[in-house]
Amino acid sequence: MNIEFEYIMILPVLLGAMLASALLVWWERRLLGWWQDRLGPNRLGPFGVLQVVADIVKLFTKHDWVPPFSDRVIFTLAPTAVVAGMLMGFAVVPYGPGLYIIDLNIGLLFFLAMTSLAVYGVLLSGLASNNKYSLLGGLRSAAQMVSYEVFMGLSLMGVVMLTGSFNMSQIVEAQRDIWNCIPQFVGLVIFLMAGLAEMHRLPFDLPEAEHELTAGFHTEYSGMKFGLIMLGEYLSLILTCAMTVTLFFGGWLGPDFLPPLVWFSLKTALLINFFILLRAAIPRPRYDQLMSMGWKILLPLTLLNLMVTGALALWMET
Amino acid sequence: MWSHIKTTWLVFLHLFKRNETVQYPEEMPYMAPRYRGRIILTRDPDGEERCVSCNLCAVACPVDCIALQKTSSEDGRWYPEFFRINFSRCILCGMCEEACPTYAIQLTPDFELAEYERPNMVYEKEHLLIDGVGKYPDYSFWRVAGKTIAGKGKGDARNELPPTEVHSLLP
Amino acid sequence: MPKIIIDNKEYEVADGDNLLQACLSRGIDLPYFCWHPAMGSVGACRQCAVVQYQDENDERGRIVMGCMTPVSEGLRISVDANNAVNFRASVIEWLMLNHPHDCPVCEEGGECHLQDMTVMTGHTSRRYTGKKRTFENQYLGPFINHEMNRCITCYRCVRYYKDYAGGTDLQALGSRNRMYFGRTEPGVLESEFSGNLVEVCPTGVFTNKPFSESYTRKWDLQSAPSVCMGCAVGCNTSPGERYGNLKRIQNRYNEDINSYFLCDRGRFGSGYVNSEKRIRNAGLRCEDGSFEIIDKTDALNRFAAIVKDNKLIGIGSPRASVESNYALRALVGEANYCAGFSDAEAPLVDLAIDLSQGHGKRAPTLKRVEAADAVLLLGEDVSNTAPRLALSLRQTSRNVSKEMAGPASIPLWQDAGVRGHAQSALTPVYSASVLPTRLEDICTDSICTTPERIAYLGNCITQLIEGKSVELDEADMAFVNGAAQALKSASNPLVVSGTSLLNEAVLHAAAQITEALKALAQEPDLLLCFAEVNSVGAGLITGALSMHSALKKLTDGSVDTAIVLENDLYRRAESEKVAAALSAASQVVGLDVVENATLEQATLVLPAASFAETEGCCINYEGRAQQFYQVYEPQGDIMAAWAWVAGISKESTETDVREKLISDCAIELPCLSRLTHLNRMAGQSGRTAAKIPRQTHRFSGRTAMNANVSVHEPRTSEDVNSPFSFSMEGDSAAQPGDLAPYVWAPGWNSNQSVTQYQEHAGGALRGAADAVFVSHAASTTTLEKTGPIFGKASGKVREGGAGLCLVPVYCVFGSDELSAHTSEMQARAGRARISLNPQDAKALHVKTGDGLYCSTGEITPGQSYEVLVSASMQQGFVGLVQGAAYLPAGAWVSFVRDENWARQPEVIARG
Repeated sequence: MNIEFEYIMILPVLLGAMLASALLVWWERRLLGWWQDRLGPNRLGPFGVLQVVADIVKLFTKHDWVPPFSDRVIFTLAPTAVVAGMLMGFAVVPYGPGLYIIDLNIGLLFFLAMTSLAVYGVLLSGLASNNKYSLLGGLRSAAQMVSYEVFMGLSLMGVVMLTGSFNMSQIVEAQRDIWNCIPQFVGLVIFLMAGLAEMHRLPFDLPEAEHELTAGFHTEYSGMKFGLIMLGEYLSLILTCAMTVTLFFGGWLGPDFLPPLVWFSLKTALLINFFILLRAAIPRPRYDQLMSMGWKILLPLTLLNLMVTGALALWMET
Repeated sequence: MWSHIKTTWLVFLHLFKRNETVQYPEEMPYMAPRYRGRIILTRDPDGEERCVSCNLCAVACPVDCIALQKTSSEDGRWYPEFFRINFSRCILCGMCEEACPTYAIQLTPDFELAEYERPNMVYEKEHLLIDGVGKYPDYSFWRVAGKTIAGKGKGDARNELPPTEVHSLLP
Repeated sequence: MPKIIIDNKEYEVADGDNLLQACLSRGIDLPYFCWHPAMGSVGACRQCAVVQYQDENDERGRIVMGCMTPVSEGLRISVDANNAVNFRASVIEWLMLNHPHDCPVCEEGGECHLQDMTVMTGHTSRRYTGKKRTFENQYLGPFINHEMNRCITCYRCVRYYKDYAGGTDLQALGSRNRMYFGRTEPGVLESEFSGNLVEVCPTGVFTNKPFSESYTRKWDLQSAPSVCMGCAVGCNTSPGERYGNLKRIQNRYNEDINSYFLCDRGRFGSGYVNSEKRIRNAGLRCEDGSFEIIDKTDALNRFAAIVKDNKLIGIGSPRASVESNYALRALVGEANYCAGFSDAEAPLVDLAIDLSQGHGKRAPTLKRVEAADAVLLLGEDVSNTAPRLALSLRQTSRNVSKEMAGPASIPLWQDAGVRGHAQSALTPVYSASVLPTRLEDICTDSICTTPERIAYLGNCITQLIEGKSVELDEADMAFVNGAAQALKSASNPLVVSGTSLLNEAVLHAAAQITEALKALAQEPDLLLCFAEVNSVGAGLITGALSMHSALKKLTDGSVDTAIVLENDLYRRAESEKVAAALSAASQVVGLDVVENATLEQATLVLPAASFAETEGCCINYEGRAQQFYQVYEPQGDIMAAWAWVAGISKESTETDVREKLISDCAIELPCLSRLTHLNRMAGQSGRTAAKIPRQTHRFSGRTAMNANVSVHEPRTSEDVNSPFSFSMEGDSAAQPGDLAPYVWAPGWNSNQSVTQYQEHAGGALRGAADAVFVSHAASTTTLEKTGPIFGKASGKVREGGAGLCLVPVYCVFGSDELSAHTSEMQARAGRARISLNPQDAKALHVKTGDGLYCSTGEITPGQSYEVLVSASMQQGFVGLVQGAAYLPAGAWVSFVRDENWARQPEVIARG
């Protein structure tokens, strides 16, 4: 893999991620519509797909208001931190055999590090807004994401133990016989839940929680700053799904009648739809329930999973 | 946990259900006859205004969007001198219809109340009054009430005895 | 204070109460119909049933009527016991059997005691499916609607109309299920207190006819505490407004003055506020004599220019508030100010103020009047000049029956018992008047004679009280002797007189009698009536000019500008003189409420606010200063007269004009120094700072009533200078009772809820502030006592004139200037009347109903008057109804029969 290829890959990944998340805005609304027995956006373009364009135009032309009471600099920078962190995460995702931006030895750690960075975006935007609701949203996001990050990382250690590597491509290759979702089922479930909390999507959207905090950390955001936060959220959805596919569902692997990239995309898309389904079906828990579930159930479960996997791995080796 | 999984499955199944919504305005949704839309004032079976301006609709209105003034006609009927509903405030809750003792005020299935100018949302009596009886074809308040109007003296209303002969001292 | 046990809870109740009163006083809701705090109990409706128990072991008890059972120490009753609840429920079901399906078209709906009681009793659905009994209604005149179908036979109407107000033409007719409350034949209700039937009737049998014309529910009315402008009694009222129109006047309870009742002038005489003749914009006279409407700023500028450039005189008015009169006096200076009385009235007002204030004792309140045990009416026809006082005197006449009830151990609230026991016994009331009064039926003895003779007889009474002897003919002697004996033997004798006869000697005579009684170590009261609402106030705000000197100054050109404040000068002086003066003046600024003859000659007309559209204070006959509050914001450019006058002086800012006027007035006029205590603001003395809402909590149509003008709801205007807000928001629960704009309590939508505002049912209002009285220096009048029968009253007919001698007589409908502009008042008043002796009538070839006009003399010639022949009128005297023209009392006038006069058709029934 030479250095130029990496540069070439950046552009399609960047464009693809952006386009996908933009389309997701429309797709999620349509899907939610169907699940709620209504039509969803269907007026603009074929199947309403141009709704995306309308939304973007709207976001760009909206009054970009910075509240006078806010911390101006941080207020402006925070949304970029969300997007930047997520986009960096895409660098280590293997889309196909040899199809990646960078193939780091510590790819998985890099992914975890980047998603952690995005937390700062949320936290800082909440703080910088200088508004009670936003502050509460920021505080919630800090506590929620820091907590869930702990066992998000730990839940993946089972996969690492089985593979013996942090390298993403090697993890995918290691699943040729059996996808990790079977031996690491507990890890998968925990990772999904932690991912949900990490990208603060419904039902774990407590930092936003429209009904309690009137959009929480991004109450004060409008225009393209708000657009960036939205983009960041959809990016994180895609990234989390892509990672799940990579780590647990065999990445690009699949029968040969389809190219690996298509397999990868299909799996990711399916998983995204599953997340949208969760949004449509599951109500939001109370904040204290979320936290106590994290620390009192998921963390011990993760540690147990880790111990059992470790023990099994040792037993298999001997 | 099981209920969450079940819920998720059931919600997923809705993907294959018929949509409840329609492509309004190309396709009009079905409106039940008792749908609570635009308010009208009806007439009684005799073709006279049903409203007796008792003010109960106005007082029942949670957004206070009904204003009227009583006056009376030559024949003794009470009727509103003006009757104004500010539809830009109306929440179509139907409390006025519930309160109306004469079935004069009724809500219709017409919900298309959009205007470009807010003053056009203020309906006066001539905009509200229709020529029909609405949902209650037979009811006429004045045939039940004890008050005299032209053509209906004391004792002519429903369930009334003829006027008492006061001069009689018979037991 | 006995303790009784109601539903196993101990309550301390007032001694002598009945159970119903005790329950209501302690906030326990017990339904009732026939009981009325002012009229006592008769036990007719059977609605206030409670269960009375022998002792704590008695579980059955027996049903008794709350209103007929006196409280006693340790009495055990239950209001909530099942049998009492069921009993009351079945009673109301019976009462409702025949009640028509009328509530939506009934003027009582929403403030109906029957509705309240039906809800309170829990009767929600009709089981009776039979036919309902009906009645034909009667025409009862321009004030009252009749709808007999709604009657529940509680008898309150006849008990009020006959027993309380002394009316004779409303009866309970028929028998059993055919009970009919009405007149024997349709016709105008005669009593001038008929309007109270509206409030006394617990349901909609008697309703307010003018109010019904453009009816508004009680909950939609905007109200504020106000004071009646009809006469100097100063009854408390609660006017209600909707859509910028004054809709009605309701009684506002004041224990000391009007308690539960108003007269018809007060209740129905405010239509002028909405009348066609109302002035709503400033007008500037053009060259051709017409008026051009100018806006407020322009008017103020022109007014200011006139004041700046010209030599001024100001003429105040006894019907304008203290603020307005003082503002004008401050503007023109005392030397150029005339209080606005006619020259005949002005000295009398001064004298009467002095006599009723300066002799160490204020004139009695009506409550005290009702406690007197002997009354002498000297010259004043109170039924027409101070009607509410006449109603109180009727109660006074019953005091002897109350005294008799005590030894017979009949509680005073046991109305039928008290009346039956006393039979026809009446407290002595003696009346000397020009014409028979409507109090004849309660008078022990009465006499009709001339004003001079009245004064003479009064002085004779003084002589007799002092133990001297007088010589009179038999009839006069019987009257004088009877009155003197009655007054002497009474412990609280009351002498009533007033300025209405425009005769100084009568006032002196009344004062002499009081002084003589004082010498007998009694507590006599002297009550002097005044003509107009603020006669006392205007009399205290003195000016150097008399009416004639003011007019003369204008005529001879020593001043060129007159500012006339709410005063029609043609009622105060001879028309030629007024016309000459007003046309001589280069500028006449007229401020008034409705059009009148003076304004037609004004060069600048400024629209003054009526009592309902502004605030101000008036001083009643007692010297009690009472504030009326703004009910609603006026239309057009209408502003308070004081605001117009004070608006052109630069020192005052928008908000504190009135406050400043009052404080300046208090400094400048020591007798009015206590007026500053009138100013009450929200947030004072432990009350919450929240304002008192003028609108009810269920005021409707807020977002629609102005939507035809603008769909944007206007911001409610703030009223910083009063305890009230122009809104439905605020604190109406913690308000003091005397500041209640309207009465309402949970479960009590009718005016019966006033009981919930009283400390004790039928007693003083909760949290009421002390009344503010003017202070007056010791009397300066020396009561003359020279000659055999003191100097001033010779008792002889005034000599030296041709024709007939004018005596002012009064009419409750029509004599008052402003209320006469109300159409119902005009209908009731009929034509201006002139009373003649049969001899004089014969000489003029007229009989009752014919027309007479003045040919020569001192009143406006040309106008014709309807003749009323009365044997009581002394020969050579003629009684002319005040209000028809300027009345120079004692003037000699010649009359001629009006050949073109159309006699009024005999009307029995209309409508």
